[in-house]
Amino acid sequence: MGSRHFVIIGNGISGITFARHLRKGDDQARITVISGESPYFFSRTALMYVYMGQMKWEHTQPYEPHFWKKNRIDLLQDWVKTLDFETKILGFASGETLTYDVLVLATGSKPAFFGWPGQDLKGVQGLYTKQDLETMEAATSKPIQRAVIVGGGLIGIEMAEMLTYKKIPVTFLVRENRFWEQVLPEQEAELVQKHISAYSIDLRLQTELKEILADEQGNVRAVITTAGEEIPCEFLGIATGVTPNVDFLKSTTLAVGKGVKVNSYFESSVPDVYAIGDCAEFEQPPGPGRRTLEQVWYTGRMHGETLAHNFCNKPVSYQPGVWFNSAKFFAIEYQTYGIVRPDAVAGVPCFYWEHHLGKVSFRMEMDEAGKIAGVINLGFRLRHEFFDRAIREKWSGQQVIQRLEEGVFDPEFYAPYHLEIQNAFQDQFGVPISTSKQSFLQKIFGARL
Amino acid sequence: MRKIEIIGLILFLVGMSVFTILPFSSQYRLSEEQLRSSVKDIHRDQLAELMQPMYGQTYTSTHSFLTAYSSYFKPYNDELKAKQAWDQVIWDDYGFVLAKAAMDGPSKTNPWASLGLSIGLIVLGGIMFNLGGNGASHESLTHTGVFHSSLKNKGLLGLLTGSYLILFYVILYWFPAYLAPLVWMVEPISQFLSGGPASQWFLYGLVYTLAIGVMGVRMLLKYRGNRYQQLRTASLIFFQTAFAFIIPEVLVLLNKPYFDFKNIWPLDYDFFYDYQLDTFISSGGLGLFMLVWGILLIVIGVPVFTYFYGKRWYCSWVCGCGGLAETVGDEFRHLSDKSIKAWQWERWMIHGVLALAVVMTALTLVNYFTSFSLLGQVTNQLHSMYGFAIGSAFAGVVGTGFYPLLGNRVWCRFGCPLAAYLGLVQRFKSRFRITTNGGQCISCGNCSTHCEMGIDVRAYAQQGQNIVRSSCVGCGVCASVCPRGVLKLENGPEEDRIHEFPILIGNDSIKLRA
Ligand SMILES: Cc1cc2nc3c(=O)[nH]c(=O)nc-3n(C[C@H](O)[C@H](O)[C@H](O)COP(=O)(O)OP(=O)(O)OC[C@H]3O[C@@H](n4cnc5c(N)ncnc54)[C@H](O)[C@@H]3O)c2cc1C
Ligand code: SF4
Repeated sequence: MGSRHFVIIGNGISGITFARHLRKGDDQARITVISGESPYFFSRTALMYVYMGQMKWEHTQPYEPHFWKKNRIDLLQDWVKTLDFETKILGFASGETLTYDVLVLATGSKPAFFGWPGQDLKGVQGLYTKQDLETMEAATSKPIQRAVIVGGGLIGIEMAEMLTYKKIPVTFLVRENRFWEQVLPEQEAELVQKHISAYSIDLRLQTELKEILADEQGNVRAVITTAGEEIPCEFLGIATGVTPNVDFLKSTTLAVGKGVKVNSYFESSVPDVYAIGDCAEFEQPPGPGRRTLEQVWYTGRMHGETLAHNFCNKPVSYQPGVWFNSAKFFAIEYQTYGIVRPDAVAGVPCFYWEHHLGKVSFRMEMDEAGKIAGVINLGFRLRHEFFDRAIREKWSGQQVIQRLEEGVFDPEFYAPYHLEIQNAFQDQFGVPISTSKQSFLQKIFGARL
Repeated sequence: MRKIEIIGLILFLVGMSVFTILPFSSQYRLSEEQLRSSVKDIHRDQLAELMQPMYGQTYTSTHSFLTAYSSYFKPYNDELKAKQAWDQVIWDDYGFVLAKAAMDGPSKTNPWASLGLSIGLIVLGGIMFNLGGNGASHESLTHTGVFHSSLKNKGLLGLLTGSYLILFYVILYWFPAYLAPLVWMVEPISQFLSGGPASQWFLYGLVYTLAIGVMGVRMLLKYRGNRYQQLRTASLIFFQTAFAFIIPEVLVLLNKPYFDFKNIWPLDYDFFYDYQLDTFISSGGLGLFMLVWGILLIVIGVPVFTYFYGKRWYCSWVCGCGGLAETVGDEFRHLSDKSIKAWQWERWMIHGVLALAVVMTALTLVNYFTSFSLLGQVTNQLHSMYGFAIGSAFAGVVGTGFYPLLGNRVWCRFGCPLAAYLGLVQRFKSRFRITTNGGQCISCGNCSTHCEMGIDVRAYAQQGQNIVRSSCVGCGVCASVCPRGVLKLENGPEEDRIHEFPILIGNDSIKLRA
């Protein structure tokens, strides 16, 4: 193979995982990682914690600077402006050029804006990049009266939490009739909504942004909703989803839809050009219940691992396993394993339990035969390994609940929610469950239900 | 709530000011009887004569008193040294006892009032501050803001606090006479508990215990929803109050040796010193029990408990140094150094101190049984060197004084020989590990940032690897700060505890080494 030059555009989780694994499997390859955003790989997922003074910027970087040198991964901070697939030359904003043998596009996403009048005003922004974090810090460094967030998803609620840390009152506009409607069933959404209202978040469901108004200096002054209401604000967070960051590729011969079109080997329409992570759009969904765009952290990591494997070994097609994900809504943790549909389907058995204080819940969707399809848990932690296995091996719902104690991942001495869940399941489905026994220490010292 | 917090802060600051000013509010006038009743028999006559010129003189500050004392004492002692009259040289430092005996001032005449206005206000204000502050804040903000705080992120307040603590330790270890006025105000408590006079160590023990209590309340509130944190905090408060503070004093009251039943060699580095052994052996059944108990803890207690629960059973449930680190030091935990370099230093230093403690103890024991025929002088020098460098400078000044600069576990991580021993057991023969929850880690770095031991937890978590590290004290904060529920402290079967080749759940295409 000789020493090919692998050039990766994007130093996010997908590009970096690819580079690291390539180095492990191929000692000869020359590896260059390019990003305009930051010199070193950092965790996008930690942006909010920097804003809230829970971490410093350097803590977001999973590897110390010497790591890259030691592993002979060259880092380049610049923006790629032009690509020539014939000559295999990249042109940078700085005017420099670079030749590649293999090009991996790992350019991630950018916040989706929908052409609202006034969206370019000062104080209006999304939250995706390091620069977004810095502008948000600057825009909220002085006390402000109110901020508005648009978009009822994960980044929206993170922004709301960030502003709450600064004690800035937030109005939260959500187009749908509940929070995160695409994913959360009604009861869970309601639980979250109740929780965030305790933080004085003014949540407006079924409310859309129509227009953004400016003051004399070109700062946002207020927003107008589709219902015609004017809400004064000095900061407007746009969190209406993300879209692949592929604009600079659209003028090339590369096949680009929403993202860079790839097959299950991450091959694009152009030879020696691959795409992974948020910016890749699969021709076919990579697995049952999966989407053609996979825009989460661990999928980017898996794309990178798989593609690197394919350069060092016999190529395999990308096959993600059982779906899982997690998030946090202020203090309430969310996890999911397998597939749970947000809206009940007639004839499909679904079990739901909620703790009486309304901060903990558990849902299990089953198929017609009563086998587990997926779970959603709020406010307590479940063990990935356990549920991955249960779903893979198609355990019956009864078996899952019977063994639930093994599947709990809460710290020691936490309240034994699984006991209540076992009882509730027994009541709801009329099947016998022998509930778990608690240890002596747990009984004396453990938290109560 | 906010009001309580502010009033608490004001009371705390007033208390601190009184505590700081009190040492400057006394005068000294030494009499011959005072001197005679303060020093050892063998020095009594010599010193009584030497200090003649001081009797009846009034000194308006500790400093002038000490200067006068030295001006008479030092030339005399130096001369003996010059003549190499070693058996006559006075090695004892009588500065503190003489200052205490000669002192006159408000803390002696009104000890309760002085105590109330200083330590009392500090405790009251501290509790109010913690109740107001932590009671009000929202759960999701538990760990926020530490890097925006001047105190907690090495700002001016952090530097001032660090300097104050360092100064306090330097005075405590090497210039205790300056604390005589503060010691007088705890005299009644000491008389009550042990029937004896208070020393600087009694003052220190009291302050230390109260600090753990007050800041322990803060931990209990901060972790309202976390039973693990609450239980271990309660345990730390209990062991400090009962085992480290009250029981030893009561033993003295009952004419038994002063003994902390939870202190374990080699942290308790003088456990095998000759005078300790003599005390145990000459104190009847209880003395022998103490000796056997101490040895059992070393050879059975540490390995067995650490096998079942990891070193956390001691470091973050029982130990006094751990008690202070986990309560007073909690808000400085993120200042620990996470670099690989620091980890390398850590391994050299902590095992170096362990080796030193073992060698020193072995030498001491050999000497003890050969009645100091071999290397007697070297052993003494080793003892005083270890006591100075490790016992006082490292564990005290650096270990605690530098909380606001280097984090709260500097001593535990780089210096404590017992932690090194516990850590070796934990690393190689234990059921304890921090389990990683499959593929859920998002590499955010909260766990590493808030690890007081400077462990790069994320480096393991993001590749699906269990965390098995000798330094982990099992405080459980990584699990609490992780926003994705990735980490769980667990005791479980030894097999599969250490993942040589971790596999992340989620990717069916390949199974590879992360
Ligand atoms: C605030 C926030 C919170 C999130 N939280 C979670 C979470 O909790 N869980 C989860 O699973 N996911 C989360 N995500 C999503 C997750 O971060 C992304 O899926 C992931 O970062 C995508 O990684 P990537 O490698 O594909 O691209 P990115 O991380 O976006 O990296 C792409 C890089 O390429 C650079 N780049 C792009 N074009 C060019 C060019 N032309 N020249 C040079 N450089 C270029 C970009 O500047 C960027 O640095 C979150 C995202 C955000 C914004
Ligand atoms: S805090 Fe949790 S999610 Fe974040 S890096 Fe650590 S283990 Fe991973």
